[in-house]
Amino acid sequence: MEKNNTEEATAETHASAPILIARDVDVFYGKKQAIKNVSLDIPENQITALIGPSGCGKSTFLRCFNRMNDSIDSCQVSGNIQFAGQDIYGPKVDVVALRSRIGMVFQKANPFPKSIFDNVAYGPRIHGLSESKDHLEDIVITSLRRAGLYDEVSDRLDEPGTSLSGGQQQRLCIARAIAIDPQIILMDEPCSALDPIATAIIEDLMDSMKEKYTIVIVTHSMQQAARVSQQTAFFHLGELVESGDTESIFTKPAQKQTQNYISGRIG
Amino acid sequence: MPDYLLTTSPQMAKRHARHLRFQWYGRVAIAVSISFMLLMFTAIFVRGAGAFEKTMIAVDIEFAEAVIDPRGTRVEMDLKQGNYKPLILSGLQEVVPSATERKERNRLYKLVSGGAAFDLGERVAAKPDMIGTTQRVWIAASSEVDLYIKGKVDPESDEAVRRLNDQDIAWVTTLQQEGRVKRKFNRVFFTSGDSRAPEMAGILSAALGSFFSLLVCFLIAFPLGILTAVYLEEYAKKNLLTNLIEVNINNLAAVPSIVFGLLGLAVFLNFFNLPRSTPLVGGMVLALMTLPTIIIASRSILRSIPQSTRDAAMGLGASKTQTTFHHVVPLAMPGMLTGTILGMARALGETAPLLMIGMVAFIVDIPKGITDVATSLPVQIFLWADSPEKGFVELTSAAIMVLLVFLILMNLFAVYLRRRLESRR
Repeated sequence: MEKNNTEEATAETHASAPILIARDVDVFYGKKQAIKNVSLDIPENQITALIGPSGCGKSTFLRCFNRMNDSIDSCQVSGNIQFAGQDIYGPKVDVVALRSRIGMVFQKANPFPKSIFDNVAYGPRIHGLSESKDHLEDIVITSLRRAGLYDEVSDRLDEPGTSLSGGQQQRLCIARAIAIDPQIILMDEPCSALDPIATAIIEDLMDSMKEKYTIVIVTHSMQQAARVSQQTAFFHLGELVESGDTESIFTKPAQKQTQNYISGRIG
Repeated sequence: MPDYLLTTSPQMAKRHARHLRFQWYGRVAIAVSISFMLLMFTAIFVRGAGAFEKTMIAVDIEFAEAVIDPRGTRVEMDLKQGNYKPLILSGLQEVVPSATERKERNRLYKLVSGGAAFDLGERVAAKPDMIGTTQRVWIAASSEVDLYIKGKVDPESDEAVRRLNDQDIAWVTTLQQEGRVKRKFNRVFFTSGDSRAPEMAGILSAALGSFFSLLVCFLIAFPLGILTAVYLEEYAKKNLLTNLIEVNINNLAAVPSIVFGLLGLAVFLNFFNLPRSTPLVGGMVLALMTLPTIIIASRSILRSIPQSTRDAAMGLGASKTQTTFHHVVPLAMPGMLTGTILGMARALGETAPLLMIGMVAFIVDIPKGITDVATSLPVQIFLWADSPEKGFVELTSAAIMVLLVFLILMNLFAVYLRRRLESRR
């Protein structure tokens, strides 16, 4: 069934235009170069997987898209990244507005030490997205439903978000991210701390989310990349080695390095 | 089962012995420090417990109008300033009729507190219809009688080395036999200011002075300290200037407190001409002293807030300030309050800087605000410890107890806040 999905997605690939375009991106941490001259297109309403061995820079690259690297003093980003035609590193860009369009889910589930309701409601509140209390409740419930969490927590919305299980916490974080209705969701190894069952739930969720959102996911698991993504980009030592349709990357990689990584010889 | 699990090799025996030895070092260290602490508390308690009780003597006093208010004005001022000494004396003479000579009468009168006449004046002024009646009134005994009743004067010792001679003791015994001597709770100790007479001296003005100083100290040091810590930790870029500031803050935390007192004297008193000897200036000096402590404690708390909390908020499009004040500061607040309270507890016990700005005066009046002249608890302890009268010995210990109680309460409050922080995580 998953194979089927992948084939359909591959068919769509050629039709959908890129929503994120990265050109000649370099990232330095102090003097150390973490990303070397990477150019990549992220197509809309698809799932793009960034894979590669530890320390290859895939998370750093992901964090360029919503400028999360800004908060690291020593981090320098150069090159050009366009989101819907605008340079996100342009001088007039409001980072707060950018992040309201490009949401993020982190490796370790990080719910706020507040109630489940307040966790999801925080984004809409600070961005002024709700007109009334009822509307805010609507947003929270819809977001929790979309994240497939509502049925499990509907009777305890006022309990702390940190009291949920690991998988539920991660879905709470996804609900929190989609509550502000972004166009793109960046996911930084969202399943690395979860058991296979919780992982399967989140993968199903991503599959259903791609109709509404563009998803970029960093993952360590090649199986996961193969299962959920339509596009794959393979990073090694800060360089983009190869990118393209997931199916072609996994079945007939053009580069020897990709071949080695996929077959488990490096990384 | 293989037998190497059962036989102990020499090397294993050595490791076990070392383990045991270190356990005992630790236990001995704890036992020694606890016994020192117990010794200190017992010494203070044994000396100071007496101060919470004081001796009263019942005297039948005829409130004669001719003596109290000869002009019959009934004006409060006149009533307070009436001549009560002969009334008390004749009341005492009824019990001890033998004391008729001038010298004897003087000694007899010395059995009651020098403040007793003043105290009677207050009572009559409050209830003028007492005039013309004869009533049994309990009045404070002098400090010497008080000490004798509490068993701190040995009647067998050489008469020359005690304040009460054999005659005085015989009079007190007579009073005791008639049931005219009792010990009651020393309310004066908690409700009045300092006095030259130990039996009339109280802790209230010093306690209020400390309270007002700490209030000023908190109002200045807490917001300044927290905001500095938040700015340095969350906003400031790491560069030469911030490094310099950091080194300076760390150094200020190690500066002896008397230096802050000198600074207060030079800047607040001599340059800005703020009122001398007041909790306002005392609090400002203590705030300067506590600031580095609060900043350092708050920064380490802020550093312990996980980056993932900041990431979560920033990833949702919260601005830096929203991230800081919606998420980071609320999480850090109990910890920062704990640090502040511990800093304030240190300020409460501080004497040296207050000496420099003149909060070392003899203060009888109860301060009503931060600009009234006042002293503070540790300074009061210092003053009493320095006084020659024997009665101040137990007052000193009692004041130390009061100070310790305040310190323990503040530290308990800090522990309570820390618990709450842990339960919220």
